[in-house]
Amino acid sequence: MNKAMFYGAGFPYRDFGKLTGKLIVLEGSDGVGRSTQVKKLRAWLEEEGYAVSDTGLTRSELTAAGLEVAKSGHTLGPITMSLFYAADFADRLENQIIPALQAGFVVLSDRYFYSVIARDSLRGVNRSWSKQLYGIALRPDLVLYMKASITTLATRLIHGRGLNFWEAGMDLHLADNLYDSFVNYQNLIREQFEILSDEYNFMTIDADRSPDEIFEDLKTPILELLHNRLTKGKKPK
Amino acid sequence: MLRKNDTTGKLIVVEGIDGSGKSTQIDLLYKWLLRAGYSVYFSEWNSSALVKSTTKAAKKAKTFTPTTFSILHCTDFADRWENSIYPLLKAGVIVLADRYAFTAFARDVARGVDPEWVRNMYSFAIMPDAALYFRVPLDIAVERITSARASLKYYEAGMDLGLSENINQSFELFQGRILNEYDKMVDEFGLTMIDGTKSVKEQQKKVRSIIKKILVGFEGLPNPNHMPISVTNIQAAKSKKGDSK
Repeated sequence: MNKAMFYGAGFPYRDFGKLTGKLIVLEGSDGVGRSTQVKKLRAWLEEEGYAVSDTGLTRSELTAAGLEVAKSGHTLGPITMSLFYAADFADRLENQIIPALQAGFVVLSDRYFYSVIARDSLRGVNRSWSKQLYGIALRPDLVLYMKASITTLATRLIHGRGLNFWEAGMDLHLADNLYDSFVNYQNLIREQFEILSDEYNFMTIDADRSPDEIFEDLKTPILELLHNRLTKGKKPK
Repeated sequence: MLRKNDTTGKLIVVEGIDGSGKSTQIDLLYKWLLRAGYSVYFSEWNSSALVKSTTKAAKKAKTFTPTTFSILHCTDFADRWENSIYPLLKAGVIVLADRYAFTAFARDVARGVDPEWVRNMYSFAIMPDAALYFRVPLDIAVERITSARASLKYYEAGMDLGLSENINQSFELFQGRILNEYDKMVDEFGLTMIDGTKSVKEQQKKVRSIIKKILVGFEGLPNPNHMPISVTNIQAAKSKKGDSK
């Protein structure tokens, strides 16, 4: 990436100059092991001599507190929730991601706005509205979509942090218990990711394998990107 | 870009730069409609309890960028839209709004965000039955505001744009840009222009005559006790932290 490329108008009041870093996004469902891989990738890239910055949804200081309260209160409508996420995204993009890219960092993003569109679409938010809203988003250099079966996701979560209300989509009233709701919800999310994968040209990584095997699969395209050998067909739209 | 009103209620909004006198006018209109026996609800810009804590903190710390300023104001609007404005319109209430999407279209574009982008962001909302634009020349509005207030606020004066280091001068330049955006919207959205330099009484007479026409044949939700409607969202502070993590 050199001159900042956005999906839409971006931030027309600012000229970001050259972005010499690389933006790499890891997408995938809850429990797919994204944060584990971000940690491994960061350590590996730093070992290779790259400066790395990582970021993830809802980590903006601007909106973190508000989003927490919003989620616990259950009183927010879908559009309001969606906009809260967009504010978080915009803040991190302008104040964290882009400055890091200007400074030549490799930015690892644990999810991007694609996840937000997936969750919002299931809650009745108009897709074309969401896509235009994220016209502010920078086009990543690489989007790696970690795809796993529901069994893999359930296994990791149940033996890890447990199933939670939002990850199980309990607000959608898909089932009368957390597990069935989780299965139904994650199936719907996977369908959304399939659509998004075509629209935004994700590179799919088989996440039904061991963490080490997944890590090796992630390293290949990242190395190609960093050595400028990424073939055109693999670049995100 | 705004949807048609598909509800049985009526939506009336007032717009204009700071110091245009719109709040005075909508307050008089509100009381008049209440006395006439209608079910009326009043909604003010930037007043959602849930979003307020976030915007307040960011304003204090001056951490807004034009984009986050724009999105968070839309978040505030969306919260009021989803929890009160739209359901009440559906119920057949007359909803009065002091500032509406046009405020964002004027202000956020004056701050430099993309006009189409911000119009899309508000496209879940409907086109009001009456959008009254109170127009006053810049110097009169500035005079009204600076004489009535001890000091101007940072974002209100557009200090984040770096137009001038002098806050009064920045305010004037920023309001001038906003006024320009409003003027452009008169044709784009068919805003009804009202001369804000006329006396309060004259303006109100004009406002009432416009609203009367809109309410011909309108019944709406009954208001048996002639009481105002108060819909308050659950306060952010009151909601307990729970199953969010």
